[in-house]
Amino acid sequence: MSRTFVYMDYNATTPLRPEVKERMVEALDVYANASSLHESGRRARAEIEEARASVADLIGAKDTSGLYFTSGGSESNNTVFMTMYQLGRKNPSRRKIITSSIEHPCVMNAAAYLAEEGFPVVYLPVDSSGRVDMEALKKELGPDTLLVSVMAANNEIGTIEDIEAISALAKKAGALVHSDATQAVGKVPVSVEDWGIDYLTLSCHKIYGPKGIGALYVRPGAPIQPLIRGGHQENGVRAGTYNNLGIIGFGKAAQLALSDLPEFGARMAALRKRLMDGLVSRIPLVKVNGHPEAVLPNTLNLSFPGAEGEAILLSLDLEGIQVSTGSACASGSLEPSHVLLATGLGPELAHGSIRFSLGRNSSEKDVDYVIEKLPPIIQRLRRMSTVNPLQSQDQSQTNAPLDRLPGEKVPATTA
Amino acid sequence: MNAFQWLYSDVVKEHFVNPRNVFDPDEKFEADAEGVVGNIKCGDQMMFLLKIKDEIIQDVRWKTYGCASAIASTSMLSESVKGMDIRKAYGIKPQDIAAKLGGLPENKIHCSVLGDKALRAAIDQYLEKQGRTGEFKGEDAVVICTCLNITDKDIEEAVKAGAHDWQKLQEATKIGTVCGGCKSKAEELLHEYVHIYS
Repeated sequence: MSRTFVYMDYNATTPLRPEVKERMVEALDVYANASSLHESGRRARAEIEEARASVADLIGAKDTSGLYFTSGGSESNNTVFMTMYQLGRKNPSRRKIITSSIEHPCVMNAAAYLAEEGFPVVYLPVDSSGRVDMEALKKELGPDTLLVSVMAANNEIGTIEDIEAISALAKKAGALVHSDATQAVGKVPVSVEDWGIDYLTLSCHKIYGPKGIGALYVRPGAPIQPLIRGGHQENGVRAGTYNNLGIIGFGKAAQLALSDLPEFGARMAALRKRLMDGLVSRIPLVKVNGHPEAVLPNTLNLSFPGAEGEAILLSLDLEGIQVSTGSACASGSLEPSHVLLATGLGPELAHGSIRFSLGRNSSEKDVDYVIEKLPPIIQRLRRMSTVNPLQSQDQSQTNAPLDRLPGEKVPATTA
Repeated sequence: MNAFQWLYSDVVKEHFVNPRNVFDPDEKFEADAEGVVGNIKCGDQMMFLLKIKDEIIQDVRWKTYGCASAIASTSMLSESVKGMDIRKAYGIKPQDIAAKLGGLPENKIHCSVLGDKALRAAIDQYLEKQGRTGEFKGEDAVVICTCLNITDKDIEEAVKAGAHDWQKLQEATKIGTVCGGCKSKAEELLHEYVHIYS
C-alpha cells in the first residue's frame, strides 16, 4: 500500500544526500588511523584534511587551522562553555556570560551549569520576532564580560540574528564571541571572518550528512581547552581516533551545501511562501511566528489558537505528514517552548504551535498536500476545544482579518 | 506498545480519531450540570456536561483543549459513565481510564487525564444545585486543590507512584500550579503519604 509521506522536519535532521552516501560508501574502506605515519595513515589524513578545507569554506574561514572536528553541535557548544569555565576560574574579574533567552537547550544548559558554579549569566531578552534586544546587550556588556554567545538562527522560529552587529559590540567590550550556527549553516550564508567571531558551532546532520559528526571553529589565537582529553589529535583540542567515515561525509556534504546555497535558499523561500500563504488564507486566525524577513528560508512556525500542538502533530502524522511542535504535551514537561514564550507569545499560542521545516526533497506537491490536510484538522480540534479563539485571543497578535474568525458559541448549561 | 505503529495504543488512536459524545455547538444539549477543570497555561483544559435523572447519568457531552491522550481519555470516560450512578462515577480515577485505554505513557496519566476531575466538578455542581453540597466528598475523597479539583486520593496515588517531593507531586498532579493556595495543606498530606508509602 502506498501512502503519501511528507517529511517537513528538516530542522530536526536531514536525510543523507545520495552523493554524500556514495562518498561514504567509498570511505568505509578508509580504515587506517589518520594519526599513523605510514602510507595508509597518511592517505586517511589527506582525506580528512580535504574535508576540513570544505567545511572551512562553508563557514567562510580563511584557513583550516582553527577548525576542529567534534561529535556534533552539543559537544562543540560544551567545549566553548567549559573553556569559559576554566578562564573564569583563573580570572574571576572577567567571567560574565551573556547569551540569549532563545538558545538551543545545549547552550541554555551549559550556561545554566556556569551559573550554578557562580558565574554571572545573563539571558538577553528578544523582541516579538525573536531578535536579540541590542539595547539590553549594550547595557550588559562591560569589562567583566567574558563571552557573548548568540545563535545565528533559531531552530524553532527560524529568526536570523545580526551576529555581525552583536560581535562588533562585544569586541568593543573586549569579550569573546561565540555563535551556535547549527541551523544557519547550509541555509543562509555564514562567514566567521565577516562576523568577526571567535567561535562557531556547526553540525553535519543538518546539512544532509551523517549524524555524530560536527565541528567547532576557533579563531586562531582564541583560547580553547579540550573537553575530551587524550591523544594529540586535533592539536590536542579534541582527543579520540579520527572518525574517518563521518569526517569524509561531512566534507562532501559541506562542499555540496556551499555550491547549492543560492539556488537552495531561493527554492526554499518560494516553497515557504507557498505554504504560509496557503495555510493563512485557508485557516482562520493563524499567527505566524518569527521574523517576517530575517528568517531561515525553510522554516515556518505557526500558532493555531484553540488547538493543541501535540493533537495537531499527531493528526498530521496520521496523514503521513511529519512536523514538530512547541507544545509542552509533546515534550513531557509542563512548560511550552521557551523560545515562543521569550517572544512574548501567550502559553496557549505556544502550546498550539507547529514548526514546518522544509528541505531538499520538499516539493510544491508536498506543500499543497499539507495545505489540503491541515485546515480540516484545525477545524475539528477547535470544534471540540474549550478555548474559543474569538474570545481568548488578542486580535492584534494574529495575521488573519477579523471577518474570518470562527463564530463558535460557548456551551451554556441550563439552570 | 509498538512506538513505530503509533505513539499510543490502538484504543487511544481510535478514540482520538473518532471521539464519542463531543459537545457540538450546533446541538441543543440541555445539561443539568457542568464542570470545568485545567488551565490553558499547562496545555490542557476540560469541560464536562451532564444530564442527570434519578441519580443516574443519562447523557454526557464534553470539550477539551488538549493533546491526543486528553481527547481519547475524555472520550473513553464519557462512554463509560453513561447510565452510571453519580456516586459511582464520582469515584473514577485516572488509572481506571488509562486501563480502559490499553495503557498510557506514565507521564501522560496525570497530565492529560483531566476528565475524571471535570466529571467530579460537574457532579459537585449538580449536588450543590440540589442543596446537597459536598455530599460525596469526604466519604471517598477530599478536594485539596480547588482550582484543579485534586483530592487527597489523587495525592495518595501520586505518592504511591513515586512522587516523593513537592516538585514531583506537581509534575504528577499539577497541584498548586494555578493559585497555589493549597500548598501547605497539600505538603502536609505529601509528608504523611511519603511516610506511609516509602
